[in-house]
Amino acid sequence: MWKDLFTKKKKYASIPSEQMRHEVPEGIMTKCPKCKKIMYTKELIKNLRVCMSCGYHHTMPSRERINSLLDEGSFHEYDADMISVNPLQFPGYMEKLEEDRRKSNLNEAVITGEGTLNGHPLVIAVMDSAFRMGSMGSVVGEKITRAIEKAGERHVPFLIFTASGGARMQEGVLSLMQMAKTSAALKRFSDEGGLIISVMTHPTTGGVSASFASLGDYNFAEPGALIGFAGRRVIEQTVREELPEDFQTAEFLLKHGQLDAVIHRHDLKDTLTTVLDIHHRGGEHGWWQN
Amino acid sequence: MVAELEFEKPLIELRKKISELKEFMKTTDVDLSSEIEKLEARLAKLENDIYANLTPWDRVQIARHPNRPTTLDYIERLFTHFLECHGDRCFGDDEAIVGGIAKYDGLPVTVIGHQRGKDTKENIRRNFGMPHPEGYRKALRLMKQAEKFHRPIICFIDTKGAYPGKAAEERGQSEAIARNLFEMAGLTVPIVCIVIGEGGSGGALALGVGNHIHMLENSTYSVISPEGAAAILWKDASLARRAAETMKITADDLKELGIIDEIIPEVRGGAHRDVDQQAAEIDKVLKRSLTQLLKLDGEALVRQRYEKFKQIGQFTFLHDNLRVK
Ligand SMILES: [Zn+2]
Repeated sequence: MWKDLFTKKKKYASIPSEQMRHEVPEGIMTKCPKCKKIMYTKELIKNLRVCMSCGYHHTMPSRERINSLLDEGSFHEYDADMISVNPLQFPGYMEKLEEDRRKSNLNEAVITGEGTLNGHPLVIAVMDSAFRMGSMGSVVGEKITRAIEKAGERHVPFLIFTASGGARMQEGVLSLMQMAKTSAALKRFSDEGGLIISVMTHPTTGGVSASFASLGDYNFAEPGALIGFAGRRVIEQTVREELPEDFQTAEFLLKHGQLDAVIHRHDLKDTLTTVLDIHHRGGEHGWWQN
Repeated sequence: MVAELEFEKPLIELRKKISELKEFMKTTDVDLSSEIEKLEARLAKLENDIYANLTPWDRVQIARHPNRPTTLDYIERLFTHFLECHGDRCFGDDEAIVGGIAKYDGLPVTVIGHQRGKDTKENIRRNFGMPHPEGYRKALRLMKQAEKFHRPIICFIDTKGAYPGKAAEERGQSEAIARNLFEMAGLTVPIVCIVIGEGGSGGALALGVGNHIHMLENSTYSVISPEGAAAILWKDASLARRAAETMKITADDLKELGIIDEIIPEVRGGAHRDVDQQAAEIDKVLKRSLTQLLKLDGEALVRQRYEKFKQIGQFTFLHDNLRVK
């Protein structure tokens, strides 16, 4: 899972380099990795980073995602200053964290908080692949768990955007256990009647796809997103099976019954509003009430 | 015969020498008994040295020993009336996971575990103990059944990981694992998990959300195999030995990280040297675990499990680096 995303860099060099360019110092022009057209970054951002020419969904930074969905000024961030330690004394880990903090302007691979979406209050968590490939260590697990607990206390829906290479290797088995921790929090929240919406974005793999990403009452994905448990290369190497071109894309998962819907980024806000509206508790009057 | 491991080579050589001398004494009149005595003392000391100072990599070798006892070996010794129940009622029966109902010293229980094969033929049938989604779904079906009939659940963990294959992805490997984590968290019966061999990543954890988690002394539990870690870290899978140390995957490590409850001592040299004795060691810990957990009601069990996992993890705050949890 993890391994794959790293080694993959060579094979699909366009994806990571495109991500790099969107990290803090924004280039004036952006080249679409799919259709190769060059466009103004400003215009691309205005179009929610969907290629004007071919519809390719470029990686969307977490802050932009929040701004694109939540009502202006409504977002209140949780645990913004929670950061990783080095529990295994893993060589070079602290330096890598420091470097990513600087480059991405993020403290960790997920932003959590509360706000309103077209008036619907909710708790939101947005992962960001610009920080350590969006990998899940103790901080990601803890922030997401706390956010779910907050949603439970507030009796509001929990919405999560996933983007992750899986568990964070440098925190070893502690990372693995975050899968159980976050899933347990979702179970408790779900048993209380809480609404869980998961939107998988590129890429959602390994320990993240095998925990909270797949546990929504609604599991959505963005077009073309890579989603899967084991990495393509691992599968090819260990199994020598021929894999279809669209293997582990959002469309592939939809075809195999693993997703409720694949949603174009331009339709996302409307779709989420509809889901939130249908689950809105109380206050509705109509013919069904007597 | 028990296959010997690399770190045991000095012992093998010494044993060979002793038996040679003994053989020589039988055929001649030369008295070598004092010489033999000396060598035997040296052997005893060497055995102590080697087995008391196993490196993480040595333990990985023991955990992967072809003769290491499997789930079914322990089921046979620890339980009576075991009835294996097959299938996920959806797609098929994954023989990489076995499960069923049994009695544990008279107490009705549900037992589930990863199952490796003992030889190539069985390994192919059991897919080397690497489950597909239907394996996890079978496990979940049996766990839900256990909950319905108020039976404790015992899970044996022993897998390199969930199977990385095309069909597994198509049928929702991610969802199957995630679903188990989610549902296990809410079960209102005691769950005791015991890592008996390799605890490989999400494929192991999918049977691992227990009230108590124990590990055999020479078992491992990790987010990625040492080979996999070495390939990523140093682009060289042959550095697995080093990765085994860096990744903190032994029972001692997991105890220190606050993840597991008890380390179950192993027979000297590894569980494969005496399966009956090893089962007896597991029995002691399992009995103690269940005795404690059976005192808790369903709600308390769910809460205890939640708190257990909630506290796993280490972090700090940017402006308060001393506040390490
Ligand atoms: Zn394009």
